Amino acid sequence: MSNTSKLVMKEIKELMTPATLIPIIIIALVFGSLGSAFSGSTSVLSEKPTIGLINQGDGPLSQFVYDSVSSQSKIVYNQSDVIAGINAVKNHGGICLIVINSSFDSNITSNHSATVNIYWIMRGAGLADALSTAPIEGVLSQTSLKLSRYLIDHSISSNSTVILQPVIRVDSTDFKGKLMLGISPSTIASVISNQGFIMPLIVMMVIIYGGSMVINSMGNEKENKTLETLLTLPVSRNSIVMGKLIGATIVGLIMAVVYMIGLGYYMTSFSFGAPIDLAKYGIALDLPKYLLVGVSLFLALMCALALCLILGIFTKNYKAAQSMTLPITMLALIPMFVLMFTDFDSLPAIGKALIFAIPFSQPTIAARALMFDDYTLVIAGIIYNAAFGLVTMFVAVKLFKMDILLTGRVKSAEQKGRRGLFSLNLLSRRRGKN
Amino acid sequence: MAVIEVNNLTKKYGELQALKGISFNVNEGEVFGLIGPNGAGKTTTLRILATLLSVSSGEVKIFGHDLVKEPAQIRKIISYLPEDAGAYKNLTGRAYIEFIAAFFESGQAQRDMIERGLQIANLSERIDDRVDTYSKGMARRLLVARALMIQPKLAILDELTSGLDVLNAQEMRRVVKRGTSQGTTVLLSSHNMLEVELMCDRIALIDDGRIVEMGTPQELKQKYNAPNIEEVFVQVVK
Repeated sequence: MSNTSKLVMKEIKELMTPATLIPIIIIALVFGSLGSAFSGSTSVLSEKPTIGLINQGDGPLSQFVYDSVSSQSKIVYNQSDVIAGINAVKNHGGICLIVINSSFDSNITSNHSATVNIYWIMRGAGLADALSTAPIEGVLSQTSLKLSRYLIDHSISSNSTVILQPVIRVDSTDFKGKLMLGISPSTIASVISNQGFIMPLIVMMVIIYGGSMVINSMGNEKENKTLETLLTLPVSRNSIVMGKLIGATIVGLIMAVVYMIGLGYYMTSFSFGAPIDLAKYGIALDLPKYLLVGVSLFLALMCALALCLILGIFTKNYKAAQSMTLPITMLALIPMFVLMFTDFDSLPAIGKALIFAIPFSQPTIAARALMFDDYTLVIAGIIYNAAFGLVTMFVAVKLFKMDILLTGRVKSAEQKGRRGLFSLNLLSRRRGKN
Repeated sequence: MAVIEVNNLTKKYGELQALKGISFNVNEGEVFGLIGPNGAGKTTTLRILATLLSVSSGEVKIFGHDLVKEPAQIRKIISYLPEDAGAYKNLTGRAYIEFIAAFFESGQAQRDMIERGLQIANLSERIDDRVDTYSKGMARRLLVARALMIQPKLAILDELTSGLDVLNAQEMRRVVKRGTSQGTTVLLSSHNMLEVELMCDRIALIDDGRIVEMGTPQELKQKYNAPNIEEVFVQVVK
């Protein structure tokens, strides 16, 4: 083997450590899972959408549209009451209620586009939830095309605008018990997704950076041999633990603000069309709600940092500290991807329990839940994180008072036995020589 | 008057027994040396007395304070210098001295302590450079200054002159001796037998977790008919 080959092998061995490989594997697995979830959503598109359909018109054109939509959908309500129709669609897990207006035929025959009211049932504000409107969009597009052909074939209208666009949609959305007239799910989703994207990203960045700061701080204390001096100062262990946690929390929150500003501008640059004021519909965050989100973020950060401090206690040096950040990175990545992709309420019960159990999920859950005045979920999350944070801090303080802080992990009895035997052999050989 | 009283002290790391019942006393103003081969239990003893490690069994009293029950009281009167201690690399030498002093004193007393630290460190204009630019010897001087500027009742020094050249080592020994004349009791460990002989009023020789010899350097040399402590050490450990 040439010298270069030997050096290449050495470099590969040094670089291909679990600390470098595992994060890449995890990210690959997360993207793989997202791919599977998306393919699941795609398969849903091939099924007939479940809808309600009300025909208020009495002419052949409205009947044509009714028949076209019915043939491509599973109808769960076809009476005349709009509210009852919305509830029926909700109860059957449907997508929307379509109402063909009474003036449908008269509008077209008088060379005006006809109106169809669509009441969308929006179940979540995640990326996956936005896909659920796609099947009915396809049905309406095909129906509109068929109607255009029908108008041409039967010479019903000579107005090219009407022929090209015979049906005008008026979208309204029912989301978490609020009926928002004149707003489509995509508009709501795009506004909510600003926060939906920003909050998990901020939480992830702050927790990963703040957490690695705490772990690295412990790694540095051990590597630079400053920990022993620190522990013999007339300072309580509680103060040392709190000093490390609060210091990293402040830096973490400063980073959160910086990210918030930066990402805010970034996301705004991608907003197309006229923005809507969600406050008008009672689904925006006001100051008290922002404060609750802040409390939730602060507690999540405290939980993360206390966990990191515990992990840092077991680290031996700066390099070892780097790999110790891995579990925290994983815990921050999982809720970020899950809650970006889907709404908490859209998750199955086991998924909800798992995501809720991760303390870093709470700020993202809180930001969305507070839009819809779901205080119970937010308060429960705050209580959970406060309890989680207190327990982890208590454990951290306890560990700070133990020998393990300086002596590291206790080796297994078998390892100790081997080492002890080895030492004894060496000692006896040394003494034998002397 | 004994200010350190160690009675039948044992320390276990899991199944490994590092200290097997050591007992010794150190008198006020005395320089007491612990010497022994690597892994004998010197650093473990110093770390226990510095309140860093727990006691498995036995009793330790420092200036009348029980080590197990009153560690916080003990930390107020001791100063511990680990063998391979470091300082915060992002701080300047002066900032490090100021940082430590702030835990012990305030106002004029704090300023006096800082001045004392700067004098002991004697790093001239380099005191305002970052610690990570210091040589090993300079960093050690800073740490010795940190340990002694607070004028502790008890200074626990593990390898005081580790990494220092002859001149600097001599200066540090003088600083410690000066400290004892001002009332500081010193407990030190060293592999440098000449240093031990020069500095210590009494010596305990520790091997395999037990104190195997104790006395003044003169007493030990006489007992083993040895010209110096190094020879005593070799004879005892052999």
